[in-house]
Amino acid sequence: MMIGLISYLVFFLIVSLIFSISVLGLNMQWGFTGLFNAGVAGFVAIGGYTMAILTGPSREVVFGGFELPFIIGLIGAMVMAGLGALIVGLLTLKLNHEYLAVATFGIAVTIQLVCLNWEYLTGGTLGLISIPNPSRDYVEGALAQNALFLAIVLVLGGLVFIGLERIVKSPWGRMLKAIREDETAAASLGKNPVRIRLEAFVLGCMLMGLSGALYVSFIGYVSPWDFLPILTFQAWTMLIVGGSANNRGAILGALVVWGIWTFSGFLISRVVPSDIQAQGGAIQAILIGLVLVATLLSRPRGLIGEELNVSRHARS
Amino acid sequence: MSNFVLEARSVVAGYVPDLPILHGVSVHVSVGEIVTIIGPNGAGKSTLIKAIAGLLNISDGEVLLDGKSITNIPAHKLAAEGVGYVPQTGNVFATLSIHENLVMGGAPLPKELATKQIEKIYSLYPVLKERMHEKAGVLSGGQRQILAVARALLTQPRLILLDEPTAGLSPLAANELFAHIRDLVTNGSTVLMVEQNAKAALRISDRGYVMAEGQNRIDGAAHALLKDEEIGEIFLGKRRKSYKANQEKETT
Amino acid sequence: MFLQHLADGILSGAIVSLGAIGLSFTMKILRFANFSHSELLTWGAYSALIFASFFNAFGGVFGQTIGPFSFGLSLVIAMVGSCIMVSAIALVLHRYIFDKLSRTTAQMTMVFASFGVALILRHLVVLIWGSNPIYYSNDLQFAILLPGGIRVMPDQVFLLGLTIVTVVSLHLFMTRTRTGIAMRGVSESPELARVSGVNVDAIINWVWIIGASGAALGGVLYGMTVQLRPELGFSLILPLFAAAILGGAGSLYGAVLGGMVVGLSENLSVMIIPTTYKPAVPFLLILAILYFRPEGIFGEQKR
Repeated sequence: MMIGLISYLVFFLIVSLIFSISVLGLNMQWGFTGLFNAGVAGFVAIGGYTMAILTGPSREVVFGGFELPFIIGLIGAMVMAGLGALIVGLLTLKLNHEYLAVATFGIAVTIQLVCLNWEYLTGGTLGLISIPNPSRDYVEGALAQNALFLAIVLVLGGLVFIGLERIVKSPWGRMLKAIREDETAAASLGKNPVRIRLEAFVLGCMLMGLSGALYVSFIGYVSPWDFLPILTFQAWTMLIVGGSANNRGAILGALVVWGIWTFSGFLISRVVPSDIQAQGGAIQAILIGLVLVATLLSRPRGLIGEELNVSRHARS
Repeated sequence: MSNFVLEARSVVAGYVPDLPILHGVSVHVSVGEIVTIIGPNGAGKSTLIKAIAGLLNISDGEVLLDGKSITNIPAHKLAAEGVGYVPQTGNVFATLSIHENLVMGGAPLPKELATKQIEKIYSLYPVLKERMHEKAGVLSGGQRQILAVARALLTQPRLILLDEPTAGLSPLAANELFAHIRDLVTNGSTVLMVEQNAKAALRISDRGYVMAEGQNRIDGAAHALLKDEEIGEIFLGKRRKSYKANQEKETT
Repeated sequence: MFLQHLADGILSGAIVSLGAIGLSFTMKILRFANFSHSELLTWGAYSALIFASFFNAFGGVFGQTIGPFSFGLSLVIAMVGSCIMVSAIALVLHRYIFDKLSRTTAQMTMVFASFGVALILRHLVVLIWGSNPIYYSNDLQFAILLPGGIRVMPDQVFLLGLTIVTVVSLHLFMTRTRTGIAMRGVSESPELARVSGVNVDAIINWVWIIGASGAALGGVLYGMTVQLRPELGFSLILPLFAAAILGGAGSLYGAVLGGMVVGLSENLSVMIIPTTYKPAVPFLLILAILYFRPEGIFGEQKR
């Protein structure tokens, strides 16, 4: 029983920490730069599929299968996600908040469409399988492998966290904060706000790509159904529940929300009769929606948060 | 106690809760008076008018209309109580026609009364009737101001609040508007206005207030303010004249 | 083939137009992108199902189909009931969530909240009705053959007719009635409307009622001519936003024209790109408009 519990805990930590990397990226975009990215799922998908293509085994009807090493896969995923972000950013970053939300949402939908339909590249609805998990090469047994993978995720996650904390305190990071608060003033100091926002956007999306790559490597296969809009929603809920503009909050939010999600899923599967299990998924989604709305109504700052400094009155 | 149509007592108000712009301002207007508030930029003149009109939260002090408290009553209810307000900018609905602008002005009235009032306005301002179906956005500055004031007059308000009515107008249009404002009083209204064009405004006013930094400074009869040296220097442009005169004295 | 796509485009454009009206106005007046508006279409379709089933149970004149259409009196009454029910949902959401948030928090909080609301609304439908597609009626319809080789179902003709009647009525409402003019005034400047004596909060409630009713009708018509499924509204998010943005927030004619452009471009695009990519077309439209004319066709230039 103990082994089962530990095993489950390891699994839980892996997934929530992988999620937290995306949330850290989202925090860079929203919390630090004030960019509303409603297309998180799309960039995670880019990372995931790139990883699958680069590291997966050679396949007949599908592009890719280069069987490259894990690290190369991760880097490749980040590069592709970053490239995607660059293109998207150049097209949309001048938009105001609401329109940026709509545009990024549309991008994620479009990316998912491509994943579904461009079979040569992505394997279409079937997706891609047999993606190598590096922990398999080093140890035997599911628990040990997962523990190793968890260690990998912890190391990478830790690097990301430390890196972000450094960046935030750097001159570039302070500029970011200035732009979020008052763009005109920041521009008058001679910096280029548009370029800095683009850089923040790309950086955030690269982290989302990393997250996607880790996920597909862990699970071993990828399909369009892994990157539905609900993923974007989960990331945002994690960010809000944990508090924006706060890296620690992002990680905490990921753990808490993923905890609620899996726990509610578990409860529901116990309570709900098996013939209406599909409805169980609906109950779970409703629950998460209620958690988000309730949090916003009572504490828009989330659990650990920084005050939203830009008041509505200051907005022109 | 008061035949004051409007009395504001020690009003403290601002746009953001913890940052008051007005620090205890008091003004009063009697029936049939025209009162002008002047002062430098940032004095809080517009803020005071907005607070009286119910658009800002008054955190301390009170505002009385005919002796009855109207502090923090919602703006749309004030319009029904007989307060007409013409903002400085955005004072007409540019995407609506002239006629529709007047319909908006009649919002607090029952429909037949509103229609009658609109007809009255058209007879007072034939230029509006001529172009009644055109969008307000195509009007010239002077015509827009006429429409803005006409819209506020629809409910035959007891008190008319004007925020810099002649801002951006040519001197000719400004003079016409001032003459028009003077006529308003003869029709039974009382006027409180804020103006940068201090000299011209005081000329048609009964009394004036000078505000600075969110507080009262000086007040008195309009003609006395016009003659006052100190005010003349700061606000009415007399300084330049006397400076020039001094210059000429020195060079001769 | 072209004419058929044109006809299909007009029909799907009609549904988008009806849904976009409400979105356009709430975007302008409440100043937030409401991602839950599309779910009002879903609820419109499913509410009508409740009412229609109820009346169908009485049989007789309620159950009989009217003329060549696939529906009877019960669905017609159900449409009215659906408008009322969806308006009630919208007003409740406004009062307890969006209105509260608009007074106390930043804009983007309202957008987040609308994601949450959308999720709840969509999955409530799954919970109650399940995820399989359903239909108002299982009867087969025979297409009418129009000049030019265009095939339309009688129900689709009804769709177009109802949309035209609705839009014309709305136009009259907004230009001839005091409430309608007040809505347009509030849409341009809530503050000026306030000082003119308009109860802006009451007008905003009317905006929600009208927008929700438009959405409800759009949903029922979609359910009637296509199918009912929980992702009904969600699949229309991008077209609705494209229509509202294209037409310029706050403009009735803009929303209608925008809806038509979206419907037409979606359906005509299949002549060039593979059908599976059709859903991306409204999105590309959005990108194009926002790039060249961020305020939309009928929108006001930002000062």
